[in-house]
Amino acid sequence: MDNWTFGITMIIVGMGGTILTMWLLSLLMGLLRKLFPYKKEEAGK
Amino acid sequence: MLDAIGNGLYGLIAGFTNLHWSNPIMIGVGGLLLYLAIKKDIEPLLLLPIGFGCILVNVPLAGLMEEEGFLRTIYDAGIATELFPLFIFIGIGAMTDFGPLLENPRIFLLGAAGQFGIFLTLALALALGFSKLDAVAIGVIGACDGPTAIYVSSKYAPHLLSAVSVAAYSYMSLVPIIQPPIMRFLTTEEERKINMGAVKRSVSKTTKILFPLVVTVIGGLIAPKGLPLFGTIMLGNLMRESGVVSRLTKASENEIANIVTLLLGISIGATMDGRNFLTPQTLMVLCLGFIAICLDTVCGVMFGKLLKVITGGKVNPLIGAAGISAYPMAARVAQREGQKYNPKNFLLMHAMGANTGGQVGSAMAAAVMLSVLKGMGII
Repeated sequence: MDNWTFGITMIIVGMGGTILTMWLLSLLMGLLRKLFPYKKEEAGK
Repeated sequence: MLDAIGNGLYGLIAGFTNLHWSNPIMIGVGGLLLYLAIKKDIEPLLLLPIGFGCILVNVPLAGLMEEEGFLRTIYDAGIATELFPLFIFIGIGAMTDFGPLLENPRIFLLGAAGQFGIFLTLALALALGFSKLDAVAIGVIGACDGPTAIYVSSKYAPHLLSAVSVAAYSYMSLVPIIQPPIMRFLTTEEERKINMGAVKRSVSKTTKILFPLVVTVIGGLIAPKGLPLFGTIMLGNLMRESGVVSRLTKASENEIANIVTLLLGISIGATMDGRNFLTPQTLMVLCLGFIAICLDTVCGVMFGKLLKVITGGKVNPLIGAAGISAYPMAARVAQREGQKYNPKNFLLMHAMGANTGGQVGSAMAAAVMLSVLKGMGII
């Protein structure tokens, strides 16, 4: 594989893969927050 | 008899006669690192052992990096095996509170945008003629994350390890100088004044405990080649949030992190032998590393501006610059810049969220990169 193809692939798949992974994690975190909401009693612990 | 005396005396001056021209320069570089650590308080925990290691290895005939030399033993035990950066990651996970990030999960995206410099610099390094794996090691300086840079370069471009690690740690400490001009250039005064309000404490303990597990499993499935990187951070964080292994948590963030930092620093310094270090390639690596950090900041701030538009002006783009892994310096820079233009603005906790997102993001970006390389059959 030539350097040009490699570089462009890394930019597209690398940047895209990173942001997609982090976006997926942010969705899951939002879901977790909804499934396990914060209760005021936790503030006292 | 005279011969024996002559030989004996030669033994005492052999160090001087074997001095390569590059050794005194590197002893000076080691001295400069010590000066920065001791007098300027720049990353002293790392620059001091790195500087001293650099001086040690540039004294000829000591053989410290030869077979059975003590620095070689440390290097082989912890750097060649990649254990040291992973131990450091456990400590980082144990020290980090991901609460501000979990308060506002969309900030995760800033932690991704802050890593784009890695890939852009990788392409730049390729354009300048570096090999593929060398370009990967250089690009990862943009993670602004010492352990990640060491992990990747020691594995795939060990001949660049010293330049990459010195660049990563030096630029990380220079974040307060590098970032503000870029942040001011890319934002308007109105944007810098945006008040994001207070961060509420609204994340349950269950969520905080499940967070490291979810990141480990989902991240591991997407980018298995980098699982050691974020898996160790998440192990440390799980110990912290579970609250049931406080002895292990304290050991990870104190004793283990301290011992490994010392050994890591001295063995990185030991790779700075002048004969290998003083090359045009090293200078190029240092320049590209600087560009990587600048590009991270540019991409982070630009993504912050995008989030500002999407949220109808609720996000201050300055916190985008905190989406890198330099924790907590980058968050403090965002806070300071925000307060300059609006003294009532407290961006710190929001920026901390982006900054911890950057810590996950840097490990994740490196993991994605390694998995893409594996997929392409390059590693």
